[in-house]
Amino acid sequence: MTAPPRPVARPDRGIRAARRLDPREAGFQGLLLLSFGLGVVVLAVLLIQVIVQGWPRLNLDLFRRFPSSLPSRAGAQSAIFGTLWVIGFTALFTVPLGVAAGIYLEEYADKQRWYNRLVELNIQNLAAVPSIIYGILGLGFIVRGPLKFGFVVISAALTLTLLILPTVILASREAIRAVPMSIRLASLALGATKWQTVSRQVLPSAVPGIATGIILALSRAIGEAAPLVLLGGLTFITFNPTGAFSPFTVMPIQIFNYIERPQSEYRVVAAAMIVVLLAILLLMNSVAIWLRNRFRQEW
Amino acid sequence: MTHTTTQRRGGATAAGTSLRRSRPRYGERLIVAFLFAAAFLSVLVTAGIVISLAIPTVDFFRTVNIGHFLTGRSWAPLFKPPSFGVLPLVAATIVVTLVAMLVAVPAGLGAATYLSEYASRRFRKVFKPVLEVLAGIPTVVYGFFALTFVTPLIQKIWPFGAPPDVYNMLSAGLVMGVMILPTVASLSEDAMNAVPQALRAGAFALGSTRRQVTTRVVFPAALSGIVSACVLGISRAVGETMIVLIAAGGTPRFTFDPRQGAQTMTAFIAAAGFGDQPTGSTGYKTIFAVGSLLFVLTFIMNIFSIRLVRRYREVYE
Repeated sequence: MTAPPRPVARPDRGIRAARRLDPREAGFQGLLLLSFGLGVVVLAVLLIQVIVQGWPRLNLDLFRRFPSSLPSRAGAQSAIFGTLWVIGFTALFTVPLGVAAGIYLEEYADKQRWYNRLVELNIQNLAAVPSIIYGILGLGFIVRGPLKFGFVVISAALTLTLLILPTVILASREAIRAVPMSIRLASLALGATKWQTVSRQVLPSAVPGIATGIILALSRAIGEAAPLVLLGGLTFITFNPTGAFSPFTVMPIQIFNYIERPQSEYRVVAAAMIVVLLAILLLMNSVAIWLRNRFRQEW
Repeated sequence: MTHTTTQRRGGATAAGTSLRRSRPRYGERLIVAFLFAAAFLSVLVTAGIVISLAIPTVDFFRTVNIGHFLTGRSWAPLFKPPSFGVLPLVAATIVVTLVAMLVAVPAGLGAATYLSEYASRRFRKVFKPVLEVLAGIPTVVYGFFALTFVTPLIQKIWPFGAPPDVYNMLSAGLVMGVMILPTVASLSEDAMNAVPQALRAGAFALGSTRRQVTTRVVFPAALSGIVSACVLGISRAVGETMIVLIAAGGTPRFTFDPRQGAQTMTAFIAAAGFGDQPTGSTGYKTIFAVGSLLFVLTFIMNIFSIRLVRRYREVYE
């Protein structure tokens, strides 16, 4: 994660002190620090602003109530349950596919073959395709088109799966690559087959890294709104989903819905929901960082 | 493919080959086939994207002249008679992207330089995650921030002439710049970290100051990585949807004035989800025509960026 230590950073400490008066040096460094500070300041202002704005509605009623045409009675329960359903299915699809593809590319693929190189370049490119394009794919293939599922939990989960799959694959590959070759060789030398080596030695050692990548990718999916808006998500859902083929709404879409309403009271509800959403994401990120540090192996 | 890998491994474990020949492991082959299928799925996804975009787009250009689409200055697909000139959407996309890059490139580069060349390890450990958090905030939240905080702020402190509208491209672009900042920063920091330490040490030994080392040695050496980071940033700005949808308004308008609101390509596509367009209508197909344009633009930038990164990697590894 962090870069290797710089040997240069220490020996010139005395030099830096002597030059502290040079206005160009100090000015340049100040400018750099300032541009770094911009991100920090914006983050702080953003957090304070949503908490202050959403404070009046940050109570249990937010979780108890459903979307309503009366702003004073509007809540977020159907959106929270919708998010849980959608992300649950997304994880169900993403984890096996992403890990399998990662294993293939790291352990089995012969890099000289054109089709393996194609897959690799393709995944890199897919990771940078705008999310709204995945919405178009979902609209054309899943919601309408061949599958014709309509706007239900499974459509959103499939679309989000395709969206985050490249990220999960790249993260799995990195985790698998970090497992030292000596472990594989030792396992093979003891007579294990290739798959036994991968499934019993490599994969268990790579699990913390893979899990971190998956959690981060899922937290991206939780906040994603654009493709789902296109799929037709701006409907008024006042009930919790009951299954894979149930209509639903999710938190980012419901937030967008409330922002777009003319009554300013809805914006307070939107801000309160944003606080809840950010809290969920923060929790997931903390778990990911904890996993990374707790199970990190030094080889 | 399985065969070659087996042979290579067989060579490594001496007696392996003969064992395998007498009793081929079908189970293992089945597993490899499944793993390959999972990896190959990504190619199918790309094919799916291209097909789902291409078919309605070709259909669309049967009814609408492609020359009119690319050069027309009026976008009114739902009017009667409709007008399908995409330039207003492109212009809005360019304006928002420009504003975003004016924030993201200098600030992102500055932050990357500070982290890579100046910051102590402790500073880096504490503050680098801030950029990661910034990158993890959902775009709908940024949109809310632009509309309810940045726009009123700009309107209040606007120093000259008419202040920006409630929906304007300026605040959408500014906030988008902050959103892209981590992308630009982390990729260019990677590029600067890849510059060999010997180059810095050599320049220091010749009496350069830290600023001189940074601007005259590290920047030029990391340039292709930095450019690639910026191109990827532009690609993300062009493809970003929720911020512009919320803060830049939903009216297509051919203007380069950032104080006004205008609809970008992405915002148009997303907004098409509001109304229930019947499948197969020209209105429905416009989503795919604009989507194709967006996909081609970002695809070119992504490939360019991936190529650049590969090239600079070859130099130092």
